[in-house]
Amino acid sequence: MLNQLRPVLVLGVALTLITGLAYPLAMTSLAGMIFPAKAAGSLIERNGTVVGSALIGQSFTSDRYFHDRPSATTAPDPADSSKTVPAPYNAANSMGSNLGPTSAALRDRVKEDLATLRAERPGAEIPRAEIPADLVTTSGSGLDPDISPEAALFQVPRVAKARGLTEDQVRALIAAHTDGRLLGILGEARVNVMALNLALDAQTGR
Amino acid sequence: MTLNGWIQIALFCAVVLALVKPLGLYMTRVFTGERTLLSPVLGPVERGLYRIAGLDARQEQSWLGYASAFVAFHVFGFLVLYAVLRLQAALPLNPAEQAGVAPDLAFNTAVSFLTNTNWQNYGGESTLSYLSQMLGLTTQNFLSAASGIAVAIALIRGFSRASARTVGSFYVDLTRCTLYVLLPLCVVYALFLVSQGMPQTLGASVEATTLEGAKQTIAVGPVASQVAIKMLGTNGGGFFNANAAHPFENPTALSNLVQMVSIFALGAALTNVFGRMVGDERQGWAILGAMGVLFVAGVAVTYASEASGSSVLNGLGLTGGNLEGKEVRFGIVASALFAVVTTAASCGAVNAMHDSFTALGGMIPLVNMQLGEIIVGGVGAGLYGMLVFVIVAIFVAGLMVGRTPEYLGKKIEAREVKMAMLAILCLPLMMLGLTALATVLPAGLAGPANAGPHGFSEILYAYTSAAANNGSAFGGLTGNTLFYNTTLALGMLVGRFFVIIPALAIAGSLAAKKTVPASAGTFPTHGGLFVGLLVGVILIVGGLTFFPSLALGPVVEHLAGAAGQTFATGG
Repeated sequence: MLNQLRPVLVLGVALTLITGLAYPLAMTSLAGMIFPAKAAGSLIERNGTVVGSALIGQSFTSDRYFHDRPSATTAPDPADSSKTVPAPYNAANSMGSNLGPTSAALRDRVKEDLATLRAERPGAEIPRAEIPADLVTTSGSGLDPDISPEAALFQVPRVAKARGLTEDQVRALIAAHTDGRLLGILGEARVNVMALNLALDAQTGR
Repeated sequence: MTLNGWIQIALFCAVVLALVKPLGLYMTRVFTGERTLLSPVLGPVERGLYRIAGLDARQEQSWLGYASAFVAFHVFGFLVLYAVLRLQAALPLNPAEQAGVAPDLAFNTAVSFLTNTNWQNYGGESTLSYLSQMLGLTTQNFLSAASGIAVAIALIRGFSRASARTVGSFYVDLTRCTLYVLLPLCVVYALFLVSQGMPQTLGASVEATTLEGAKQTIAVGPVASQVAIKMLGTNGGGFFNANAAHPFENPTALSNLVQMVSIFALGAALTNVFGRMVGDERQGWAILGAMGVLFVAGVAVTYASEASGSSVLNGLGLTGGNLEGKEVRFGIVASALFAVVTTAASCGAVNAMHDSFTALGGMIPLVNMQLGEIIVGGVGAGLYGMLVFVIVAIFVAGLMVGRTPEYLGKKIEAREVKMAMLAILCLPLMMLGLTALATVLPAGLAGPANAGPHGFSEILYAYTSAAANNGSAFGGLTGNTLFYNTTLALGMLVGRFFVIIPALAIAGSLAAKKTVPASAGTFPTHGGLFVGLLVGVILIVGGLTFFPSLALGPVVEHLAGAAGQTFATGG
């Protein structure tokens, strides 16, 4: 019996140590040597403080900043730890809304967000199809760092007014921070909101 | 749908196809025990392991011995993983001070990783310590993948040998697969992933002060080393809760393409290993061809459905397809393609939330799993699953012409067909049986987050994913309860062992048979007719079994959505 179990135990322990300890630890030190900034999470520092990660979206509410997409992440309710409360862009608890295509809750949320976006431009007549879909849909992770170029352009009048810039100046910034498809083929064109907002701050001060 | 979308899909297919032959050749050399490029480095390690284990690498096992070793190894893996999860609070590498995992969740997670399912009732960054992720999950990602491939190799030997009593040594196949195939690929792959921006650190979560002055806690960790094997081994369990939708777990369009390719790479190459080992590469291409037909059909439906968007949201004025639950950097096409790839294989990683897909877009992932994940499939699992269907297809062909069916010179007789049917029938029993149970019990009905037919789809998807050992989810379902943790684990165990043990029994029975020389009356199994027959049998068996359940879920939901109907919870 013990003879039968010996290969199971020996290979079990040895392969566990090789794949579960040696491999990840070796990769950690290799990655730390070759790509130190990326291995640590692509963190961005400004004046000595970490302001976020280039890959992780943040919640922006001020008119002076471009806004990210809606986020469905939550955090434990401080009053009752068995419940959760909405906490957009909680990078310690990634999740999507998981609302299905016939969900009344999804329909109502989108309707409300559309109304909010229309109210941003009082007086302007915004055609129904003009509001980019990514501005009223939550991402899969709740941490999407990007918006579509159309979603950035939609926000130009608000940001330009709050910053005292001309709309052309703001559009130029967006153009400079738009990444196209990789090799013109892969993925989708997008604007990293954090990078764009940092550039705004650099141009006009906070 | 756009031209660019189809170019992205074609590019993906081209890269996978280009890898089939080189990877197939390399893996054939590994499993037939020939020298490879890496032998000078890994040979001594391999021989050292055998010496300590008291193994003679040339000593092979009967199918029963092979199956017993397989089961014993899984029991050992379960005990280690369960212990690590339960005790993580007292173990090192736990900077976030995660508490020990609750018994039912630890049981579910241990079974889930053991069976290559990787269902996520755990929350990744919010539940597990770094040690649990590495020593627990990463290890099982390797070993469950390697043992799946080992079983496929044993079944191939059943076809390629004549009058033999053994089908190989499980220990040798497992060790060689881990050392020569999975580890070297993962080392290169993990570094590539870090180059794209994936974290690989043992440092604790980062506290950031956002541009607007708020606090943001950013979870990091040894992500890349786990994601490499998670994809390559078609495991799919995320380091983070949001899996490959999380920007750290899939930072760029390029990392996304490579991740999709790596889900298919080994499974597709195994069809070539099959062809080479039975001495006719065309046999492998025929099987890959049948997989390809089903795959492209699935991609077309999901892509078209996601690109045209949800009727309800389009009614509010949205255009450009269904973006709820999708990331901007991937958009519609890369999300739709990923969903079909991950469920065609038994990966279960997701780069978009399947729960928020359109009704028909989300139905294809469900169908892929219900068919038994034989479209490329899990590493190893896809090939042995497909070969089981091949046996049924050959049997049907034999009935039509009235002669004893043969495949690759082996007579397919009562025992093989019985075992094949056992393997095929256990899946619907678990998928549909447990779904039916959950829809009548209050503990089951408490699970869904969405109301109406979508709530039913959430339950059906869960048990389908569990029994198919996939691990993707309609994530709204609250699965971390005693009822779901236990029943899902049951589905996973039956879905793995009741396919693998019959597959090994077939291997043993075939290996013992003589090879019959081909004659004028032999049905050729490398041409279009065979591919058509195989695809037909798969669709008829799958369709007859699962159409009623699909009609109650996605089909009804599609029709309701088209009529503008929505469903509110708690009403």
